[in-house]
Amino acid sequence: MTVHNLYIFDRNGSCLHYGEWNRKKQAGISKEEVRQEAQLIQLKDGFLTFQTSKYKLHYYETATGIKIIMNTDLGVPNAKDILHQIYSTLYVEYIVKNPLCVLGEQLSSDLFSTRLDLYIRALPFFSPRAA
Amino acid sequence: MAIFSVYVVNKAGGLIYQYDNYVPRAEAEKTFSYPLDLVLKIHDEKVVVSFGQRDGIRVGHALLSINGVDVNGKFTADGKEIIEYLKDSTNYPVSIRFGRARLSSNEKLMLASMFHSLFAIGSQLSPEVGSTGIEMLETDIFKLHCFQTLTGIKFIVLADPRQSGIDALLRKIYEIYSDFALKNPFYSLEMPIRCELFDQNLKGALEIADKASNFGPGS
Repeated sequence: MTVHNLYIFDRNGSCLHYGEWNRKKQAGISKEEVRQEAQLIQLKDGFLTFQTSKYKLHYYETATGIKIIMNTDLGVPNAKDILHQIYSTLYVEYIVKNPLCVLGEQLSSDLFSTRLDLYIRALPFFSPRAA
Repeated sequence: MAIFSVYVVNKAGGLIYQYDNYVPRAEAEKTFSYPLDLVLKIHDEKVVVSFGQRDGIRVGHALLSINGVDVNGKFTADGKEIIEYLKDSTNYPVSIRFGRARLSSNEKLMLASMFHSLFAIGSQLSPEVGSTGIEMLETDIFKLHCFQTLTGIKFIVLADPRQSGIDALLRKIYEIYSDFALKNPFYSLEMPIRCELFDQNLKGALEIADKASNFGPGS
């Protein structure tokens, strides 16, 4: 089991953060375009996950419209709690509580990036299977 | 548990068949006095609740009837604008029925082609090589299962999240499609399916799948 990548969007659909861990296939477009394209994946309340034959996308949206999207492989069970934790213990702590971070712009806090990276790497399903 | 509906989408994203098996009805009727304690707005030629949830009336519910007479889009049965009608205090007390608006055939066509492109985006943005499009999409009240054949036809089933045996049902529907739609000499490819035998067999398959689960609709 593994985590592929993670997107954070704000309520206007701009991409605040993009993190990548085990991504084997790059879309045939630049990351900026991926961000723009990924903005199409904005559905209504109540949407939780979708899965294809190869990966599973987990979606979490707060009442303020922050959207956290994580792609993992199929073996990962419901990751709603994890996405909520990313929001409450990382985004709120290191972005919202940091007066130098302008809300609604791409996140530039190194502290946030390193903490997020550590958090994702510590997840029980992070390490890819020996294939 | 229940199977809600079935969609068949051709390879161009056109909806060629749709069947609603079980539509949960959430309706609420209530008598209001002036002024109305709900905020209403016009959305897509329908009057919907935009703020204020109470007594089973939810945001997004459409106004279905006033004093027991069904409304006609954003107009009352006798042709007055509903919003104007409800502004007039002499019309109160008024009894209004709210509920989820049924999807029109046009909206269903739109949703089918929207899913068609989401399916493609799902496979394009894949972090792994060789991924298909969306096979299963889960929300808190339903699960959407999609099976794409090699020829590009998509069979989509919306069911309760706890419903089992959907994969077998999707393949059964494919079989019914091959047997009763494709072998019908009056059926032209990529066009809407209007074959009685297809209808009958699909309904039969849905009944069997419904019975396979232990609980009936609404449980």
